[in-house]
Amino acid sequence: MTLNAQATGPDTASDAQGMTIVARTQGQMVRRRFFRHRAALAGMILFGFVVILAFSSIGFAGIPGWWDKTYLDTGALVNQGKPTLSVVPEFLGGDGIRLGEHPFGQDDIGIDYFALTMRGAQQSLIIAFLVGIVGTVVGTVVGAVAGYFRGGTESVLMRLTDVMITIPVLIIAAVIGRMMGDSGAVVLGVFLGLVLWPTLARLVRGEFLSLREKEFVEAARAVGTSARRIIFRHILPNTIGVIIVAATLSVASAVLLESALSFLGLGIQAPDTSLGQLISRYRSAMVVRPWLFWWPGLFIILIALSINFIGDGLRDAFDPRQTRVRA
Amino acid sequence: MIVFIARRLVISFFVLLAATVIMFVLTALSGDPLEDLRQDASPNKAAKIADRVERMQLDEPIPVRYLTWLGNVARGDLGVNRDGHDVATMLGEALSATLQLVIAATVMAIIIGIVIGIISALRQYSGFDYTVTFAAFVCFSLPIFWVAVMLKQYMAIEFNNWLKDPSIPPVVIGALALLSGLIFGALTVGDRKRRLLSFAAGLLIGGALFTLLSVTRWFADPGFGLPLILAISLAAAVGFTVLSAGLNPRGPLYAALGAALLGTVASEALSPLLADPTWLEIIGLALVTVAVCAGLGYALGGLQRRQAINAAVLTGLFTGGVVFVDRMLQAFNGYSERVRGRPISTIGARTPNFQGDFWQMNLDSAGHLLLPSMALILISLATYTRYSRASMLEVMNQDYVRTARAKGLPERTVVVKHAFRNGLIPVTTLMAVDFAGVIGGAVVTENVFGWQGMGNLFIEGLDTVDPTPVMAFFIVTGTAIVVFNMIADILYAYLDPRIRLS
Repeated sequence: MTLNAQATGPDTASDAQGMTIVARTQGQMVRRRFFRHRAALAGMILFGFVVILAFSSIGFAGIPGWWDKTYLDTGALVNQGKPTLSVVPEFLGGDGIRLGEHPFGQDDIGIDYFALTMRGAQQSLIIAFLVGIVGTVVGTVVGAVAGYFRGGTESVLMRLTDVMITIPVLIIAAVIGRMMGDSGAVVLGVFLGLVLWPTLARLVRGEFLSLREKEFVEAARAVGTSARRIIFRHILPNTIGVIIVAATLSVASAVLLESALSFLGLGIQAPDTSLGQLISRYRSAMVVRPWLFWWPGLFIILIALSINFIGDGLRDAFDPRQTRVRA
Repeated sequence: MIVFIARRLVISFFVLLAATVIMFVLTALSGDPLEDLRQDASPNKAAKIADRVERMQLDEPIPVRYLTWLGNVARGDLGVNRDGHDVATMLGEALSATLQLVIAATVMAIIIGIVIGIISALRQYSGFDYTVTFAAFVCFSLPIFWVAVMLKQYMAIEFNNWLKDPSIPPVVIGALALLSGLIFGALTVGDRKRRLLSFAAGLLIGGALFTLLSVTRWFADPGFGLPLILAISLAAAVGFTVLSAGLNPRGPLYAALGAALLGTVASEALSPLLADPTWLEIIGLALVTVAVCAGLGYALGGLQRRQAINAAVLTGLFTGGVVFVDRMLQAFNGYSERVRGRPISTIGARTPNFQGDFWQMNLDSAGHLLLPSMALILISLATYTRYSRASMLEVMNQDYVRTARAKGLPERTVVVKHAFRNGLIPVTTLMAVDFAGVIGGAVVTENVFGWQGMGNLFIEGLDTVDPTPVMAFFIVTGTAIVVFNMIADILYAYLDPRIRLS
């Protein structure tokens, strides 16, 4: 019965050592579980590396990067534009470990392909993150409001969700891409986010439906807390795990979605570029210049795979039941 | 139940109606439908523009256009596209091409995915399980169009080149043997010695098999031959019996073996009929097989009559399938010559103007379906694997499974009868959800492989800001998604009595 706020002080820490139980906050527990998940940790390091590489190399929004070539300037073709990157050391019969002039090679008109791929990765990442953020915010708000208020509000919002879910993701995204493709990555990302929220809304609504019947919500209502405060202060923090996991995984699928759109010619328009558009632009070069096809694909896979692993780690970290049996 | 279905139908209808509004308005707003004509240099430009404005009602506001379209659809008229072609005709052709692709891919993905998922759940935390988990994550992260272009290059162009001289290089044989060893080893449970033994066995079997295939130049003129058909179907008979009834008492085993034997003999006896059959005859043969095998199981099953019938029918159908594949393979050489040594195609749904017997026509479709299906399968496959693994793991940890084990049931009965059936229930819902994904995947895949299907109809309609083909596409896919969702709900309630539809 003496377990109160002071109990987490230093003297309990020494007690706890005797009992080999350390009191941890929920955040600490989640973090611990996440960092123990090796695949998730590897995914996070890989993802951080890709993001830093993409934004620091050729610079972003006017800030120059450390790579001396741009994604627009053409240059003389060196060795038919073959990649100069080499990772096989000399004693194994390779060319030694070096970057060279054009590590990813050049395209058919001599644009440095490393710079082009980095630009594509930047655009793809921006779109994916915007889709993730906008979709998560809209989905959370719709789901929370529908789940908390019930009644007429719920029917209207959930029917709207039903309607949106009837349209396959790629189809509605393609229509949006056709409208917004030439307005740049930011606009495209925001508008894609505005149509890709229904799955999350259903998820959040389900959580709210069960949480709103709990005693602590009743207590908050009894003391006259406003609906807004109950939703955002009392219930939402309890659903944060579900939301974060869904948001992470939606970023991964947004990367793939954006690249598919750009591949179909409905996403980012030339001369600007994205990873999917690069693959589309050079798909016929597969035989002559296969590297033009390999690099952007590799980056899409790296980004999507690392985010998927992070999402898997987060799911396990937020759900203590899933630590043993990973689904 | 009927009240539930009726209510769902009414709600679904209005949901679909609202979705058509969104799709129509967005499509109509997505660009300028006169874009290509504005840059037209021909003298009758004004007339062309007036013509198109007239046909697409561009002088009317979008809501009016939508209502006109809706009125036409209600009368069963899907309208014309902007060049005046009848959309219903276009849709009919596109639908058959896409259905072939989607159904083939979905069925394959479901079967393979569930099998892999269940094996990986039963071998949780084994090397196989980790590999499958990792592979599923990679599949989730693969851009389908990238895979499709890669398949085109390596599975079609280079494979066709290789078929000219189908000997497998020693390095590749080594790699394939190693792979088969690793699969054997990863699937084995037990201590290190047992695992190493199965690894060695897998290595030897794989190595021998591929060396044999290479030395006999099997790929140049493939086929099983009667002894191999018999061996495969007898093995399948044992397998199906083990799964459905166990080897003791012998009744079911004899029924299944009899079915395998009978099937092989019948394939030889019926060879005049099988030389150039029709689909109707094939279906008829399948029905006869089912009837004969059921009778066989009934006669020989003894106390385990039901299991014996199951095992015999499955064996009979499987044997029929093996014979079917064998006939296709025998036709391969002739077909390959007729398409100038390029049996795996990269473009379209059939070779233009190709006419041949039943087997050659089938090979032609199969050669065209192979690559797009592979690209489509990858993603659904990963979903089904993960899902069935998760649900199987959950079921295996249930109390009633522990009870089943505690009362001394053999592991086969526990897995097949108690766990497997219940583990599959959640997967049924996935089939509905997955369909929307497959449609999206089909749009991309059709684009890469040049199929004149639904996806093509949609993309071209969207590209030309022409709502009628886009809406025709959407009515079909949207209806399919709504109906599939409803079927999944009903199926779920039927399979799991705890769920009540209300």
